[in-house]
Amino acid sequence: MLPSLSSRSLARLALVGVATVSLAACAKKEPLPTKLPPQTQAPQQTPQTPMPQNTGPIGQQSTAPVPGSAQDFIVNVGDRVYFDTDSHDVRADAEPILSGQAGWLRRYPSVRVRIEGNADERGTREYNLALGARRANAVRDFLVAQGITSDRISTISFGKEQPLDAGTGEEAWQKNRNGHTAIVSGAR
Amino acid sequence: MTKTAIAIRSRLAALLLACMCVATAMVVANPARAEVQVNINRADLKPLPIAIPAFGGQQGAEIAQVVQANLQRSGLFLPLDPASFIEKDLNAAVQPRFADWKTINAQALVNGQVTIEGGRIRVDFRLWDVFQEQQLLGLQFTSSPENWRRVAHKISDAVYERLTGEKGYFDTRVVFVAESGARGAVTKRLAIMDQDGANPSYLTGGDSIVMTPRFSPTSQEITYMALKPDSATVYLFNLQSGRRESLGTFPGMAFAPRFSPDGGRVIFSVERAGNSDLFVMNLSSRSSSRLTSDPGIDTSGSFSPDGTKIAFNSDRSGSPHIYVMGADGSAPRRISNGGGRYTTPVWSPTGEYIAFTKQEGGQFHIGVMKPDGTDERLLTSSYLDEGPTWAPNGRVLMFSRETPGGAPKLWSVDVTGRILQPMPYPGAGSDPAWSPLLN
Repeated sequence: MLPSLSSRSLARLALVGVATVSLAACAKKEPLPTKLPPQTQAPQQTPQTPMPQNTGPIGQQSTAPVPGSAQDFIVNVGDRVYFDTDSHDVRADAEPILSGQAGWLRRYPSVRVRIEGNADERGTREYNLALGARRANAVRDFLVAQGITSDRISTISFGKEQPLDAGTGEEAWQKNRNGHTAIVSGAR
Repeated sequence: MTKTAIAIRSRLAALLLACMCVATAMVVANPARAEVQVNINRADLKPLPIAIPAFGGQQGAEIAQVVQANLQRSGLFLPLDPASFIEKDLNAAVQPRFADWKTINAQALVNGQVTIEGGRIRVDFRLWDVFQEQQLLGLQFTSSPENWRRVAHKISDAVYERLTGEKGYFDTRVVFVAESGARGAVTKRLAIMDQDGANPSYLTGGDSIVMTPRFSPTSQEITYMALKPDSATVYLFNLQSGRRESLGTFPGMAFAPRFSPDGGRVIFSVERAGNSDLFVMNLSSRSSSRLTSDPGIDTSGSFSPDGTKIAFNSDRSGSPHIYVMGADGSAPRRISNGGGRYTTPVWSPTGEYIAFTKQEGGQFHIGVMKPDGTDERLLTSSYLDEGPTWAPNGRVLMFSRETPGGAPKLWSVDVTGRILQPMPYPGAGSDPAWSPLLN
């Protein structure tokens, strides 16, 4: 269920629409060989509903992410999957998330991603870099097997250098053993 | 003071001033009787009581303090409290009153004199065997005044060598990764300091995650890895010129670099499609060749000091172990056989041992084993010990230690495991690398 749009969000959406339209107008003056970016659809989707009447306090919350945005990917698909200790096998609980990532990437074909492999602190620096690289590539291989072309995917390992959870103990370590799919370009 | 200096100088047989720091052996006693000495291999070693009173002249007190601290940290010497000294204001040109030093049970005595002359600092010092009442060593060092700490380190090395029979390790530097900021958002900068924690300075800014710096055999160059969100690059960094260059561009990540003993090559890992293998690059031709090609992780390559073999880390058998192979990649053989996970092998400068990190039962250890895998000994145990580096004489190891949730600190342990202590550097640091003895 999508949360209702607040007045501020609507105003922001409207502004985005104006900006996009004016950009599109500029682009027309100097014809570009490329097709118009998909952003031009945004104004058509901008709701033209009137501002709410002053009938009392207005609840405000974040709007649902713009479909095709990095936020949409993170919130509605999931940008991270987790691994067992010393393992780079894609776990059963990671498969639906990665399938979702593949589906999302098929829907938004201009998006490029970087898979970042991460390890917990219970290993030495160099080995963990190599282990993180294995995890990143396990994620990459899964996406490629689901039809995402490999030229849209780069990989890197951060080893144990960028822990998601700075704590210690198994709960933190489990969070830190992950593959993170970061959107590099092409999202809204 | 001048008279003293002249007297000492007149007594020195030869005087070489060509180098920045010049050592001239004057009198080396060759006694038939047992002289004072430190047997560093004895398990029940008691540190040798040694008196190091303030040297005469400008900065004489500071120099004596640096020598004291060095010898104390080695764990082999027990510098005595200057408050207990009976003979005060020693004249380095005159024989000490041995009876006064015997009374406080000083086995050895180091005294000296500093002279500033023509913009140069000259330090004369003598090492005495108190109970044999004889001079063991008389040396003079000359340098520019700002080098006074290095002169103190060279004196420490001379005393250490004369009394232990092995080379010292005090006139050396340490390159490491200085860490700042909260856990999870740490800024990492390459830094360098003297082995006693003095003169720390940064070599890089904090714009990338730097790790695993290692000295070239000349101590003039460092190789390290810098990690950015989209790249992992091995660099060569010249300490004199400040010039930095990439080792090259590879299909995947390049990491874990280390110089060959002749300084002409760098061994490193390259990751491709998730698999890490060892490569070696000839630095003059810039051609690299592949050393391993199995599907396991192969990393942390370290040459034997004669350059004929390579120790490395591989999990080709299922979990990480230490392997040794020929320098051309031939005949790899697993040498670690215990339980647990073995990583970060580093061949000792003497060739006698391979140091490593071992992870077992929730603890991390720094350990050593012979290159054939025998005689494994664990020297430390903690929540997280990692990444040993050898002092150039193969007697002491430095590594980083983390407490749960804490920042890493630099620690050292001697090869017997008895002398474990934090390094005298107050900040957070990891990935230390010890330089060879400086020239």
